[in-house]
Amino acid sequence: MATPRVLVLRAPGTNCDQETAYAFEQAGASSDIRHVFDVRQSPGDLARYQVLCIPGGFSYGDDVAAGRLFALQLEKFLTDALHEFVAQGKLILGICNGFQTLLKAGLLDDPGEGPVATLTWNDRGRYEDRWVHLEVRGDRCVFLRGVKRLYLPIAHAEGKFVARDEKTLARLDAEGRLALRYALPEGGNENVARSEYRKPLPFPINPNGSQADTAGCCDATGRVFGLMPHPERHIDALQHPRWTRGEGNREQQGTALFANAVEHFR
Amino acid sequence: MTLWEVEIHPAAGLPDRTAEEVLSDARDLGLAPDRLRTARAFLLEGELTRDDAESIAQRLLADAIVERFRVDTPEQLGVSHPDGNFAALIQVRYKPGVMDPVAQSTLEAIAELGWDLDAVATLRKYWLDGLDDDACQLLGKRLLANDSIEHIDFGPLQVTHLRHDHQYQFELRRVPIRDLDEDALKKLSREGQLYLSLVEMQTIQAFFRELGREPTDVELETIAQTWSEHCSHKTLAGRIAYTDENGTRHFENMLKETVFAATERIRASLGEDDWCVSVFRDNAGVVRFDDRYHVAFKVETHNHPSALEPYGGANTGLGGVIRDTLGTGLGAKPICSTDVFCFAPPDLPGDAMPPGVLHPRRVMKGVVAGVRDYGNRMGIPTVNGAICFDERYLGNPLVYCGNVGLLPHGAETKAAQPGDLIVTLGGRTGRDGIHGATFSSAELTSESEEVSGGAVQIGNAIMEKMLQDVLLQARDEGLYHAVTDCGAGGYSSAVGEMGADIGARVQLDQVPLKYAGLTYTEIWISEAQERMVLAVPPECWPRLEALCRSEGVEATVIGEFVATGRLELFYGESQVADLSMKFLHDGRPPVVRSAEYRPRSETPFTAKSPKGFQETLLAILASPNVCSKEWVIRQYDHEVQAGSVIKPLVGATNDGPSDAAVVRPRLDTYRGLVIACGIQPRLGDVDPYHMAASAIDEAVRNCVAVGADPDRIAILDNFCWGDTEKPEVLGSLVRAAIGCHDTAVAFGTPFISGKDSLNNEFRYQDETGATRTIAIPPTLLISALGQVANARQCVTMDLKEAGDLVYLVGITRDERAGSHWSLVWDAEGGRVPRVDAARAIQTYHRLHEAIRKGWVRACHDLSEGGLAVAAAEMAFAGGLGMEVTLEAVPYEGEQLEDDENAAVRLFAESNSRLLVEVRQEDGPTFEALMEGVPCACIGRVTESDRLVVRASAESSPCIDVELAALKEAWQAPLRWS
Repeated sequence: MATPRVLVLRAPGTNCDQETAYAFEQAGASSDIRHVFDVRQSPGDLARYQVLCIPGGFSYGDDVAAGRLFALQLEKFLTDALHEFVAQGKLILGICNGFQTLLKAGLLDDPGEGPVATLTWNDRGRYEDRWVHLEVRGDRCVFLRGVKRLYLPIAHAEGKFVARDEKTLARLDAEGRLALRYALPEGGNENVARSEYRKPLPFPINPNGSQADTAGCCDATGRVFGLMPHPERHIDALQHPRWTRGEGNREQQGTALFANAVEHFR
Repeated sequence: MTLWEVEIHPAAGLPDRTAEEVLSDARDLGLAPDRLRTARAFLLEGELTRDDAESIAQRLLADAIVERFRVDTPEQLGVSHPDGNFAALIQVRYKPGVMDPVAQSTLEAIAELGWDLDAVATLRKYWLDGLDDDACQLLGKRLLANDSIEHIDFGPLQVTHLRHDHQYQFELRRVPIRDLDEDALKKLSREGQLYLSLVEMQTIQAFFRELGREPTDVELETIAQTWSEHCSHKTLAGRIAYTDENGTRHFENMLKETVFAATERIRASLGEDDWCVSVFRDNAGVVRFDDRYHVAFKVETHNHPSALEPYGGANTGLGGVIRDTLGTGLGAKPICSTDVFCFAPPDLPGDAMPPGVLHPRRVMKGVVAGVRDYGNRMGIPTVNGAICFDERYLGNPLVYCGNVGLLPHGAETKAAQPGDLIVTLGGRTGRDGIHGATFSSAELTSESEEVSGGAVQIGNAIMEKMLQDVLLQARDEGLYHAVTDCGAGGYSSAVGEMGADIGARVQLDQVPLKYAGLTYTEIWISEAQERMVLAVPPECWPRLEALCRSEGVEATVIGEFVATGRLELFYGESQVADLSMKFLHDGRPPVVRSAEYRPRSETPFTAKSPKGFQETLLAILASPNVCSKEWVIRQYDHEVQAGSVIKPLVGATNDGPSDAAVVRPRLDTYRGLVIACGIQPRLGDVDPYHMAASAIDEAVRNCVAVGADPDRIAILDNFCWGDTEKPEVLGSLVRAAIGCHDTAVAFGTPFISGKDSLNNEFRYQDETGATRTIAIPPTLLISALGQVANARQCVTMDLKEAGDLVYLVGITRDERAGSHWSLVWDAEGGRVPRVDAARAIQTYHRLHEAIRKGWVRACHDLSEGGLAVAAAEMAFAGGLGMEVTLEAVPYEGEQLEDDENAAVRLFAESNSRLLVEVRQEDGPTFEALMEGVPCACIGRVTESDRLVVRASAESSPCIDVELAALKEAWQAPLRWS
């Protein structure tokens, strides 16, 4: 297949759709930005795409809870189409509000079980925009193939990853599904930073108090992936906060996620 | 019909974070309860069984992992808490008619689940122990709720049903005016909240005497809104006789002859190269950006609403200025926002508050949250701002919100055509914001909260985002001839303006309402948010309607533009207004004012309790105006849309203070926009002319510091002043406007848009019953929009590498009046900083060339705290030391004693100065380029972790301090939890 087609799905209040579509295009995909009100009338349209991306923003204003009302739209109108989509080996990416939406729509759950996890209010209780270091764990997640570390901004209020219970957390970890974690800058000593074994890294390394420092989580197939940081905001050297200091490393740009999605279909 | 309550608590074992936050704020007020628990709740009204309500709670409202819920009727829940008894329960809900986006979304989501409810409301609940009834009342009113929009129940909920529709019985109301005497006219103006002058009332009276009939209420309201200060800027655009030490000058139109005139002169001198596109005409000023796009910029104030309800005021303030961008030309796409605030100091003792005043800390938190929630939800990065503190902003804080938009070439002009349909797009109309335009033109009093509650609103950012999504698509499809925003004055102002040269006929009963019961007048003047008005050719209406439906946005035809020259309003069959557009827009009698300015005589600079330089530096870094605003900045998304090039926080650990923001509005090119501001209220007390000049210089040099081309900087003015009916207050404003003119012309920086907010005074009665008035200091905000051809050449202010040279560009003089040295040590007198504009612009051109050549590694402007603060900030932002020798500083003026000499060089706040880091090997070429403009090497970057300052190379250091201590002093004050 030559050029994978990406559907960037938006809802009222989605606001990172254009730069996300641009990032996919820069990586060699073609992309359509479509409203869920439009797609829900013809769920069959999903078959035309290889990648579905739910971008960041404030779908429905985060009213009730972040991602909840967008998730309701997916559950009500697109459940079958989405399961079919995944079953066909296609890819789904949720960024920030898109991650919240995927999780609340159950798209990261295991069949027959309850919700694996939720994303709730940051420990500090408010919205924050800051850059974080990230580390890739395992190789389950298709979007993160060949990636070791990333440096990306987060911008959210409800990004604290909390698993259903300890057992679920341990299982997700064992299965390599907690694929992306907040981490110290390269060379930092985790044992020094962490107050005790398995406790989250301190703020601001882990900016929201997520369990197991989880910044991104995939489903059992590794083809459905959600993350809180914004890879589309670091695809150009000039987006790095310290580019004027000569800093920045192409390998840690978000570009890799989009390129991996394209590569998957080549 | 049942009313169910779904109460949602943190799951067992999880912390109650809302309670922790409230407890921390309550401690500041001395009202901390012994124990506090909170919950959020939803009230659901409709045909629902308990099982239905439980199902809704489980599927929609509560999180299965981190929350637990219970469902019952409010009566059954009473004051109980699932975990035991508490002495008191405080419940807070919105007053009827106040925008509650969460309730609205929830209602729609429940409908998706299959239940049609009548109404949903949200509720916040606080259970507590250890406060008596009075203390509970205080806690409720001071912290938990705002009277102007919220209702508090102490104890059980006093709600039986939620819908508040009233049937409206049409009745045409006329207001007898023809036979009123002067006193009765004044009374009508005041009590009808028209806020018109006697002469204006008499003009209206004469107009209707001639027509031989009495006006209807809506006619009178329409005239009042159109003629309000807020909508017509009648004072500053009026006739003014201005007297100062140079004699008396008569203005026919003050703004036109100062600020606008500067722009006209600059444009004329540019000739073919004129890059201004649309100035002082549309909702925002427009300049050329590249070969495909123009860029629009507007800054508005929302001071009075923010004084009463900081969250809602700032929220709708930003929402309003974004609509200005959307309503510029055929609609510009918002790409970034700015915010500048003026508050009383946040550490003011709580018992020092006059009646009716919110504590500045609460005002600040509310305002920041209001901007955050609107901007972040819209997906527009907030990239630049400033915060100024002065006790005189206590009852009247200032909230400036700005927005920049991208406009395709060809979309800069618009005109409604006869036959076009008048279409309202977006939000529904309610009773919100009635009299906002006239209220903003009045002064605040301790009773304002009660009288003007209707003028206070909460925004719904998602509605506006949806509106934007539809509008920009409709623009690109060419579906309308004109657009404007519905802001102050509502439809009255929007339709009135669009149809001013044509005529309009509006059917008020067609306007979609939030709830029934509005009178035709309320519909016409409501300032409900998130609405735009379009002029749509009839053949385009079906496509527009379909587009709106596909995005879930309501669009309704409410009338037609007609070539009658009249404004005609109907409700059903009845005509309720019939006014000539000419009278409405040209009939207002000119305002004639006198203005007077007496210059202060200059006195020597004397500090009462001067301390050492190092202590002074630390004190200035910790002063609220200068200290880090990271607590604010990080709450804003400053990177959405992915165009961020220079962020508000820069440096080795992403926390140094950037001079300006740089944004790439198009991701496929490297042409950048530079956004900065200048504001110097402390100089306004000394001389408003030099305040204006200094603010312009500050805004421009901030742009230049990051790499903006000095030939492509456009500026905006926002005058916030006290009561301009007082000749001395108006005099200081006119003097500032003259300063604006002279400086803009000398710099070649055109003003492209502006706004004024007058009557910023707060009146109250003190404990003795005497009436007191606090007027704000004259406050001029200059916002700057610069451009950079290649964003890859931009620079930041943080030091880059040890061994580099540090140059000071610009002349230092003994200018310490209004300085931060004088602020922290309570000094008086001194000379006010002036701007030598010709020399400054020459300096900026050279520096720009050096930046383009890549010789400048870091650049930081000198402002509050002068050289000492700039050097400290550059050093700790870069994590590198700096050594400075003061004798090399380019200085102009009389010889001073040793200590004074060093003090002036370190702390004077002379304008047009920047500190520049240059590689040693680039030093000679840099110096050659700067030949002829003031510039000298004053030090170097060091590997150490200290800032070391010496008077001369041989003397021992007068400052020798660790960077960590400097940074801590700067970061600690606003490091709020």
